[in-house]
This record gives sequence, structure tokens and C-alpha cells, in this order.
Amino acid sequence: MSHQHLSPLRVPLVSEARSLGQLTEEICAPMERAPTWRWWAAFAVAVSILGTGAGIVAYQVGTGIGVWGLNKTVGWAFDITNFVFWVGIGHAGTLISAILFLFRQKWRTSINRAAEAMTLFAVMCAALFPVIHMGRPWLAFWVLPYPNSRGSLWVNFRSPLLWDVFAISTYFTVSAVFWYVGLIPDLATVRDRAKAGLRKAVFKVLSLGWTGSHRTWSRYETVYLLLAGLATPLVLSVHTIVSMDFATSVIPGWHTTIFPPYFVAGAVFSGFAMVLTLMIITRVVLGYEHLITIRHLENMTKVIIVTGGLVSLAYGTEVFVAWYSGNPYERFAFLNRAFGPYAWAYWTMVTCNVVSPHLFWFKKVRTSPAAIFALSLVINVGMWFERFVIIVTSLHRDFLPSSWSMYTPTMVEVGTFIGTFGLFFTLFLLFVRVLPIISIGEVKSVLGFARDTHGGAAAPGPRRPAHSAAEVLPAPALALATRKDVPV
Amino acid sequence: MSARVLVGYFDSEEKVLDATRAVREAGYALHDVYTPYAVHGLDEAMGLKSSRLTWVCFGGGLLGGSLALALELYTSVVSWPLNVGGKPFNSFPAFVPVAFELTVLFAALITVGSFLARVKLFPGNRRVALPRVTDDRFAIALEAREAPSEASIAEELLRRHGAVETARMEVAS
Repeated sequence: MSHQHLSPLRVPLVSEARSLGQLTEEICAPMERAPTWRWWAAFAVAVSILGTGAGIVAYQVGTGIGVWGLNKTVGWAFDITNFVFWVGIGHAGTLISAILFLFRQKWRTSINRAAEAMTLFAVMCAALFPVIHMGRPWLAFWVLPYPNSRGSLWVNFRSPLLWDVFAISTYFTVSAVFWYVGLIPDLATVRDRAKAGLRKAVFKVLSLGWTGSHRTWSRYETVYLLLAGLATPLVLSVHTIVSMDFATSVIPGWHTTIFPPYFVAGAVFSGFAMVLTLMIITRVVLGYEHLITIRHLENMTKVIIVTGGLVSLAYGTEVFVAWYSGNPYERFAFLNRAFGPYAWAYWTMVTCNVVSPHLFWFKKVRTSPAAIFALSLVINVGMWFERFVIIVTSLHRDFLPSSWSMYTPTMVEVGTFIGTFGLFFTLFLLFVRVLPIISIGEVKSVLGFARDTHGGAAAPGPRRPAHSAAEVLPAPALALATRKDVPV
Repeated sequence: MSARVLVGYFDSEEKVLDATRAVREAGYALHDVYTPYAVHGLDEAMGLKSSRLTWVCFGGGLLGGSLALALELYTSVVSWPLNVGGKPFNSFPAFVPVAFELTVLFAALITVGSFLARVKLFPGNRRVALPRVTDDRFAIALEAREAPSEASIAEELLRRHGAVETARMEVAS
């Protein structure tokens, strides 16, 4: 590595010099060694929670959802809160993999794989709630428009709840395909490293016969770009449609045009917080501090500052419009949120989502993993409360004071919610064990970023031929002249 | 199907780019270049045309959107018109979200499906990658139709442009 020059203009994306081979080795290592006791401990906890959750779900499906704390006034509460919470978390993955890709943000390469996996798992958790809420989950297929013997009675295409079915299922499918397409080259890398055996056989099937042919790579890049272009409006549409579940109703506090952008901003805000929570643990446990660097964490905190600002603006606008509209019901809904019986939830939300992100203005906070980790948890809590506040406080005191009531979740509802965390972490821990959690191919392409060589070339080798840039240009210019990956 | 090729192995992106340009200038028929990651600039160096998959994607989207609108119109206007809150049967704006989602779904699935079919990637594929090209090696495969004497000239050319190793072999086309 003696003759590597660092660019005077840019900071390398991978903070320690690595050759291509070393990188493959490093990223594949966790899958190829036996799990540590820490992994087993974490897995045992996650699976126990998942098992308990499954038992609770079986109980409420068997008994009926009367075991929830819902009443005639508050017909939507804990489960819809959790649904929106999990869908929101799912947004960061596609944002990182698609939108940052289109914006040529090369730092995304070390986090996109794990963030996309997180998206898939979060959407799985989210999808559970409406299905359980149906009460008879075995009839869930009724939400699909298929010819049937009831005259063909069709689904109602004018209902936002049906739009949600299409939005969530499309989002899950496209995210899964995007994730898998991104995985194919890495699956081939794992296949070629594996000795004959089960891993070799499995990865041989999964990698579909990938040979690293550039004729394939060339089309692959086109497809990846197209998928990113498709996933970008898709991710924005998903939470837009989720917000329409509320916005198209006539309930004060829900019936607002600001909901779609407000929900999308909130989703990205909470999603990045969850990515940070997971990545900060993963990078330390797997020793990936040079791949998922402080700079990556810092960039994500900056996204949090922006989306936190958008969310704060939305809160402010809602309150302003409630006053400015002169609508007494709207005004009451917001006074009730801030000063009614659920004021504690409202102010928890404001503290976590409006106040706490501003700590990220301080460089010291942005560069301290411990501080970021703590704040990411605070934001996750805040965003859960946001959905709770929107849903429950808007419903519990409606137009008729005689029907006002309070809502308290039962142990069944709380248990189901905790159970989804069991599902989420079980899947994430399995993912860390069986697949390369960092995109090997993509990180290899940025190894040389801001260094004058690309990975493997660092080893002393034959001189470049006479007509290459090395002979013609002086050394400092070389660092820029050979750069194919000009960043924004 | 397999092709007889002369393979030159390289250990960096710059060298493989340089050598690819050189062998094409020298007039050799390039079978393929194998790399561990998508090397930018190699498209131009190999003289590859841009992919037509963008049109497939457009067509897929168009198909998805049209099918979705047709389904919504048929079910809500023709097959069983249902009065929901006094809204018109053909309430077009309400049909947009589902049409949009299916546009994206069809475009994505058809694009990926066409891609996999075009580059012949499928489960159960018996193709094997050249040694280390999915790890840290870059390889140029030249079609070895020439006489052995010419092949050694090509070998020499590859070595002069930084090949660390060369080999004659058969690869799946």
C-alpha cells in the first residue's frame, strides 16, 4: 500500500485501505464462521419473543379481537398505530437504495443491503396487523379482486384501504426483487468461495449462474437504474396512500390535505432512526467500523435533521390551520391533543420528534455512535407516539360528547406489538448470518474512491503502458484524471 | 454451448480497461470481459450498445397501467356497478392509486424477468465463473479462432497490457 495517494479533495468512503480480496474476505467472514455466543444469546431472546407473540396472535384469532381494548368510539387504535409505525420504518431502505442511488450518493453502498433487508422485515411486521384486525385472517384473500361465486362481487376500488392493499403488496414485491437483484453478484461471490457442500449447492441455485460477464453487468446496471427509478415514486406513494386511510375520512384531525407529505417525511425520519439503531450495533459487533464509517452515520443524522424539520413544520401547520380554519371541531381536536387526557402522549411526541433531532446540529453528537444510538431510540419512540396521537386522540372525543370515551391497550395488544419486534429481530439476525450484509460488488467499486488506485492495484505490479495517463500526467493530476466515479 | 477462448487475467480495473481498448484496437474479437464489480467505462471500451431493456420497462409499465384501469372500469362500471356514497360509477381519480401501483409492479417484474431471460440467468444454471473473477480478478476472453501463432501474438499483447496470467480454455457462451 506504499504508493497510495489520497485525494486532496475527497474523503475515502472506505476509511482503511483494503484490496478487493481483503474486502471479499471481510464481508463473507461472518457467514462462514460459527455463530458467536452473543449471536446465539440475541437469537434466543428474539425467537422467544417471536414465539410468545405467535401464541398471543393465536389466542386473539381463536377468541376474537374483542380481547383488544377497542370500544364503539375508538375503533382503530393500537394495531393501526403499529401498522403505520412499521410501514414507516420500511421506508428508509428503499430511500437509501433507490433515491440515494439516483442522486449518486456513493456512501449508500455500505448500508443499502442491510437497510433493504430491514425494509422487507418491517413491511412483513406491518402487514400482520391489518390481517389480524380482519378477525378472520383465513379470509384475507377477499381483499383481492378475483372472479367469485357471489355474483362476482368485486372489491371497492374507491376505498383507500384497498389502495393500501395494492400499495403495500407492490412495495413488498418490488423491494424484494430490487434486493434480490442487488444480491445476485454477491451470491456468486459466496458460491465461488464455498467448498463443496450445502452452502455451495444453495448459493449455486440462488446465484442463477452469474459469471461476472460484463455483457451481463452492463444490462444489470441498466436494470438496477430502472428499478431505482421505479422504486422512488413507489416509496413516496406507499406512505401517501397510508395517510389517505385517514385523510379521506371526515374525522377532525385526520381530514387534512397535508397528510401525504407529512406522513412520507415522518416515515423517512423514523426509518433512518431504525437504520441507525441497527447499523450502530452491527458495525461494532462485526467489526465493520471502516466500512460503515462515522461519516455514514453522520450523513444519516443529517437526513434526520431535515426530515425532523419537515415533521415539525407539519405539526406546526396542522395547529395553525386548526386555528385559522375557524372550524370548531378541528380546533377542539388539536386543543384536546395538546391539553386533553392524552396530553402526555402528545408532549412525548413533540419532545422526541421536534426537540431531540436538534441535538444533531452539534458535530460532537453527530460523530458519537453512543449519542446517535440513544437519539435514534428516542426518535423511534417519538414516531410511534405520533401515530398513536393521530389515531387515538382524533377518535376518542368525537362529534357527540355523549359517546366520548378513553382507550387503553390490553396486554394482548401490547404483546402482539412486542411480538413483531421478535419477528423483526429474528429475521434480521438470520440475515446477518446467512447473507453478505454489505454489498460486496458495490463497495468494491468505491474502494478506490479518493485513492489513486483501485483496491487490488495497490500491490506492486508491472508499469502501466506508455499511453496510459500515468506516463503523461503528473501524480496529483492522476488522482483526478483516472477517476471514473465522479461524485456529485 | 461453449466457445474456445484465450483468457487474460488482470488485477486491477485500470489495467483491464486499458487492455480491453488495446485488444479491440488491434482488431481481436472480444468474447467477453469478466469483472468482480460493474467497471464504469468498460461499456465504451468493449463497444457495447446501450440496453433496450428501458423500452421493455416502459412497455411493462404501460401494460400494467392499462390492465389495472381496465380491471377497475370493468368491475366498478360494467360488471357490478355499486353506488358508494353517491360517487359516480366511473370515479376515475379514485382509480389512479391502484393503476399507479400496478404500473410499477408490472414494469419492475417484466424488466427483471426480461433481463434474467436475456442474460440467461436461472436457477439450476450450470455455468461456472472463471477463477477469482467474482473475488478480485478481472479477465478478458478473446475468441480464439486464429491460428496458434496468432494466438501467441494476442497473448503477448495481453501480457504487455498487464495480464498477470493467460490461459486457453472453453467457456459457456
